[in-house]
Amino acid sequence: MGSPELASLYQQVILEASKQKHGFGLRPEPHPSNHQLNPTCGDEITLQLVTDSSGEHVEKLAWEGQGCSISMASASLLTDLTAGLPVAELPERIGLFRELMQSKGAGVEDDEPLGDAAALEGVSRYIARVKCAMLAWTALEGAMMESAAK
Amino acid sequence: MTQNLPIDDAAAAVYAADFPALDQEVNGHRLAYLDSGATSQKPTAVLDAERDFYEHHNAAVHRGAHTLAALATERFEDARAKVAGFIGADIDEVVWTSGATEALNLIAYGISNASAGLGGESARRFAIGAGDVIVTTEGEHHANLIPWQELAARTGATLRVIPVLDDATLDMDAAAALITSEVKLLAFTHVSNVSAVINPVAELVALARAVGALVVLDACQSVPHMGVNVRELDVDFAAFSGHKMLGPTGIGVLYGRSELLNALPPFLTGGSMITTVTLEKAEYLPAPQRFEAGTQQVAQAIGLAAAIDYLDAVGLDRIHEREADLGARMYRGAAAIPGIRVLGPSDAALRSGVVALDVEGVHAHDVGQYLDDRGIAIRVGHHCAQPLHRRLGVTASTRISPYFYNTTAEIDAVIDALGEVRAYFGLTD
Repeated sequence: MGSPELASLYQQVILEASKQKHGFGLRPEPHPSNHQLNPTCGDEITLQLVTDSSGEHVEKLAWEGQGCSISMASASLLTDLTAGLPVAELPERIGLFRELMQSKGAGVEDDEPLGDAAALEGVSRYIARVKCAMLAWTALEGAMMESAAK
Repeated sequence: MTQNLPIDDAAAAVYAADFPALDQEVNGHRLAYLDSGATSQKPTAVLDAERDFYEHHNAAVHRGAHTLAALATERFEDARAKVAGFIGADIDEVVWTSGATEALNLIAYGISNASAGLGGESARRFAIGAGDVIVTTEGEHHANLIPWQELAARTGATLRVIPVLDDATLDMDAAAALITSEVKLLAFTHVSNVSAVINPVAELVALARAVGALVVLDACQSVPHMGVNVRELDVDFAAFSGHKMLGPTGIGVLYGRSELLNALPPFLTGGSMITTVTLEKAEYLPAPQRFEAGTQQVAQAIGLAAAIDYLDAVGLDRIHEREADLGARMYRGAAAIPGIRVLGPSDAALRSGVVALDVEGVHAHDVGQYLDDRGIAIRVGHHCAQPLHRRLGVTASTRISPYFYNTTAEIDAVIDALGEVRAYFGLTD
């Protein structure tokens, strides 16, 4: 079977998240949303930022899409991480995740704010897969920009 | 090595030893490079040819009177003659391009320019507009689809697409119905880079000839792998890339029938492609120079000539036969694995050595990662053929594309890994 390096990429938490797809299914009513496509492999995601009535806290992300296990797991783990978070905290978390993905296997000093999504650290060793992991997070950034523009 | 005997694993290993990049470990395994459909590896002879040119003959071609300039020009033109001989064309029918993509765009933009009234009386035969039709197929690489979409958009012509059947072979009944008297150009691939389908060139050419349409052949996946004679195929234009046939990147070929090339208006304009230039206008050189504006990729052309020498020494018929064997072995092995669907026809006679497949429940990227962990290099994604993938009901596929330097052991390693991949990703049914 696979090498230890492969096992660190495809950790159990990632394989499970890729199947469970927390947050899968778009809401019928309009919410700030964004669509991201990875043209090299055709992976795509549409993500809605659903907030509470004040608009200050994330209620839960809603998304649909299809792609590799990394992109699906990342969307699922992002949904878990952000549920209930203040919207104002999202840019920092997304920034930290991006830093982790660009770390080429070195990791970040403190990945605790990323929760289970920190398990995606192994992706940073595989430069071709970083885009897969970033797909949902980039879509969330896009949804926030749409939200801010309103 | 005997030229008459088929290539076996021992012979393939001897060939592989000529390719420095094949001799390395990837992720703790000896590299099994099975992505030659994307780009082939390069033998030492090609690397040496480029280096030798830069070390001894480097100079600008077709300009300057000094000795090196003359030597460089001679070697550059010898390379053109080599390509011409390789595909059964005349020397002035071989145009250097950066690759097949530029070659196909060159035709499209030449026609576009003719349609805009450029190129005078002789170019009028190429002019198209509203009411005219361009035909391509659903099985094309984007490089043989988008230039025609754009040409149609610029000229007002209509683009028709010959559909493929469930096994990715062309719907020839539809082809016959679509290729009507309004059709001015038919563009199709010789061999699919995804489905492995070898298209029926003679039948398609006959349909085009019956209505007086020009025929453009994308030969990227055929010229490196089988004997191709453009005269025998009776096509008007053909395009292929050097880097897929042991040559360097940045060099490709447009073949065009002489009378057509000399009537087609140029695409890129500038230095080296003119006879007389005034401040108002320019006169152009005959083909092929009229299509070769600016400084040319001289070392790459010479590298490509060395690649052709290498391919000729191996023998294209032997290469074709070997790849058919490797492809059939891959096809059988993959098709026998539960949950794996091989794209394209099951009839080996219709297939090249390429095998693209879908692993049910596992994304192609994950399949590719699993194989890479074993040192196996294959391609995953849509292989620049999104419409074909959509038609076959998949977003992406996993493609194994062998060359004559691959062994049956490498194919078997892929089959073994494919047999494990669904279980690794938690699928047990």
